[in-house]
Amino acid sequence: MHPITTVHYLALSAALLLIGTVGVLTRRNIVIILMSIELILNAVNINLIAFSHALRSVDGQIFAIFVITDAVAEAAVGLGILIALFRNKETVQADEVDLLKW
Amino acid sequence: MVTVNWLDQIWLIPLFPLAGAALMLGFGKWLDPQPVSDVAVAPDLALDPHPHGLNAHGRLKFLISLLCPGTVLLSFLLSVGAVWELSTVPQRMHQVIQFSWVAGLPFHTASGRIAMFQADWGFLLDPLSSVMILVVTGVGFLIHVYSVGYMAHDNGYYRFFGYLNLFVFFMLMLVLANNYALLFVGWEGVGLCSYLLIGFYFHKKSAADAGKKAFVMNRVGDAGFILGMLLMLQVLGTVRFTGVHAALAGFQSESGGFGVLSAMALLLFIGATGKSAQFPLYTWLPDAMEGPTPVSALIHAATMVTAGVYMVARSAALFHLTPDTSTIVAVVGAFTAIFAASIALVQNDIKRVLAYSTVSQLGYMFLALGVGAYWVAVFHLFTHAFFKALLFLCSGSVIHAMGGEQDMRRMGALKNKIPITHWTMWVGSVAIAGIPGLAGFFSKDEILWQSYQRSGILWIVGFVTAGLTAFYMWRLMNLTFYGQSRVAPEKEAHIQESPAVMTIPLSILALGSILAGWLGTPKLWNLGESFRAFETWLEPAFPKVEAAKHAASTEWLLMALSVAVAFAGIGVARYFYTIRTEIPDRLGAAFQPLYTTLYRKWYVDEIYDFLFVNGLGKGGGRVCGAFDRNIVDGGVNGAGWLTRFTSTLSIWWDTWIIDGAVRFGSFFVKMLSFPVCLLQTGRVQAYAFFVVIGILAFFGYYVTR
Amino acid sequence: MVIDAVSFYLFALMVLGGGILTITRRNAVHSAISLIVSLLGVAGLYLLQGAEFLFAVQIVLYVGGIMLLFLFVIMLVNLDMAAKERQFNHQWLVALVAVALVGAQTGYFLIRGQGAFRIADAGGIAPPSALGNTEILADALFSKYLLPFELVSVLLLVAVVGSVVMAKKRI
Repeated sequence: MHPITTVHYLALSAALLLIGTVGVLTRRNIVIILMSIELILNAVNINLIAFSHALRSVDGQIFAIFVITDAVAEAAVGLGILIALFRNKETVQADEVDLLKW
Repeated sequence: MVTVNWLDQIWLIPLFPLAGAALMLGFGKWLDPQPVSDVAVAPDLALDPHPHGLNAHGRLKFLISLLCPGTVLLSFLLSVGAVWELSTVPQRMHQVIQFSWVAGLPFHTASGRIAMFQADWGFLLDPLSSVMILVVTGVGFLIHVYSVGYMAHDNGYYRFFGYLNLFVFFMLMLVLANNYALLFVGWEGVGLCSYLLIGFYFHKKSAADAGKKAFVMNRVGDAGFILGMLLMLQVLGTVRFTGVHAALAGFQSESGGFGVLSAMALLLFIGATGKSAQFPLYTWLPDAMEGPTPVSALIHAATMVTAGVYMVARSAALFHLTPDTSTIVAVVGAFTAIFAASIALVQNDIKRVLAYSTVSQLGYMFLALGVGAYWVAVFHLFTHAFFKALLFLCSGSVIHAMGGEQDMRRMGALKNKIPITHWTMWVGSVAIAGIPGLAGFFSKDEILWQSYQRSGILWIVGFVTAGLTAFYMWRLMNLTFYGQSRVAPEKEAHIQESPAVMTIPLSILALGSILAGWLGTPKLWNLGESFRAFETWLEPAFPKVEAAKHAASTEWLLMALSVAVAFAGIGVARYFYTIRTEIPDRLGAAFQPLYTTLYRKWYVDEIYDFLFVNGLGKGGGRVCGAFDRNIVDGGVNGAGWLTRFTSTLSIWWDTWIIDGAVRFGSFFVKMLSFPVCLLQTGRVQAYAFFVVIGILAFFGYYVTR
Repeated sequence: MVIDAVSFYLFALMVLGGGILTITRRNAVHSAISLIVSLLGVAGLYLLQGAEFLFAVQIVLYVGGIMLLFLFVIMLVNLDMAAKERQFNHQWLVALVAVALVGAQTGYFLIRGQGAFRIADAGGIAPPSALGNTEILADALFSKYLLPFELVSVLLLVAVVGSVVMAKKRI
């Protein structure tokens, strides 16, 4: 069995990122889309931790903390927007809302 | 001894009457409150005794009576001082220029020079204007005093004196001006005052109409004056008298033909015919008798109507160079003299006779001007001012005594009832008739002699006119004062002599009518230099006219003839109207057409009515109406149509071209943006997809590298 | 080593499996549970990498905080209708292809760039340290990264206010 290297982590991270991206691009349910964004952010975190470990530096972990904080904020605001949208449009389907033009 | 430089103070002379006028017209209503209304009443009503006597109003009125003649008296005294000082100045001329009221406007004169159109507020005292200011202020003062008595019971007392003072101001401006432009200011000002005073009883339609008539006829003449002045400006480049004289020195006499100077002189003369009531613009003067009698005396006999004579005399240098125009002046003057005298023969209104007499005497003056005897014209102006003012004031006194009656057929035998008026008027009539020793004789005889030197026909016309003058004046005297009384019985008892405030001016004027002529006795009499003072005094003002050579015996003969015709006129008049009173009626019946023609004043008014009032007025009205309907309205309608047409064009252009361009632009942009619009779906995921495509491309760049 | 490798693959399986399940489930609650699994896997990976503090934070914050939030919203918003409709939008095929291409490119990068990560392999084991991971983190966070830390706290405040404004019916 090969030893687990940084590249493994990076591959895993990339895979998770692509899964999240697919979720963002294809799902109609906005709640799921928000979850997919969490996946993407976690993929980034895996990346940061892997390099932090490899370089023996604590900076990566610090950035991971910031990213987690960011994710919390994003989730809070995103879910708030979702509630506002559901209240006004009676829908949670992303492709039924096309306000983002003109 | 305080030395006053009188000559430099001549600008003050007109200011006193102006101050009086301003005071009267501004505050007079307060000084002389009208009990009922400010409407002046007709003389016959006004002559009733004042119901309130001398109350508070009366005392304030007394103030007016002191103030207004006082201002004129002050002017007179200043004038006397100035003239006395002028006689010590060698060049006999003094000019005071205060400022220029028409600032310099540069222009090209006819000769191509650049000149400035500039008019001074300046005063010129020379022998000519000195005579005029003495007449205006002296006679004016006496008439003011007379008016205090004559107008005592009239409403609008303050208004009358305000206008009268204003008139004196403008008249003094006229005669003291040092340029034609300022002279014209005075000229128009006296015209205005004349209008105001003729229409003084403005509630009477005839008076208001007469005022309008005077004003309009004067405008005809004034148009000529303005054109003449502008021509003068164009040709000579200045309107100042001294400048005009200097410029005229460069011109030759236009004896060969009618040139530009002749036209200039003729235009000025047209102005003079309007103001001085010469044919054909004389008809306003008889109608002007609608005004109060002192006004007739001051404005329409002594001063204003002589403004034309003054103006032509002032332009003597110009007329001297233009023999053609001078001939026209002489002919018009002579014709007017005999024409007006013929009308005066048969008029029954006492003031109208005097009015036509004035026109006739003014004709004499123009005759003198036309034959180049400028000083004689001014001399006649001078003497005429005395005896004609006297005659008018006497007629006013008669009318006053008769309670407003002006028709001589209802007078007669007034000699003993109003003796002072009779004797003063007798003096005036003798003077105008040309009896030796009185003023009229000297001036009129000099005119006849001078015109004889130029042309026999002119002398004959003047000679006949002299006879007619004597006749109609003594017809007036006989009808009024002698013979049988034809006065209505109820008026007979009220006839009484006028108060002293009226009779004293009459006496002074009568004295003047006797003495004034002795300043210009004929050369023939050889009485010494002081008896020829008038000619020598005026000599510097006028160009020299070489006298034709005639035998002294001819002059003696002509003098004797004119005296004879005067006596003849007086005698015939006395015979006709006192001794054999039926003769005039018989003559009138025998020469019915002639009598009627004379009585209707040669139908001139009717002709003017036909030609101008009806012909030009109504015909012009029709033409103007047609013009208005067709051309003016057509223009308006056409403009409307054109506006609508252009607006239609504008709408079409706007709709299709402007809007079309805008719409095409937007359409074009829309077409271009259409594919891009398809990308903008408004869905978040689509945009995210584009991001992924971008990442793909970005990575692809590194993969293929 | 073996345990490490086994653990890694186990956690990787959790992460990827949970992720795939998250984006494919029709029921949002199922998706949320799958997400929990995935995040727990990520937490395990943190532990493997010696980031104990982050491990704790991951569990407490995500599994305890964010997931609670998600479930709360799922309950609040009626998702029954959404569950009955189509789950994928019209662009799912092209999106999948594009993402697959990006994945291929990423894989190509990883294979080509394998050598660049040699340094990391030099010490496979975490360095011995007198201090624990949490102390080291705290030391860095409150000294070197103090300003970013404070800015992030402001960001959180903004997010709190923003989400309240969004979610509230009437301000």
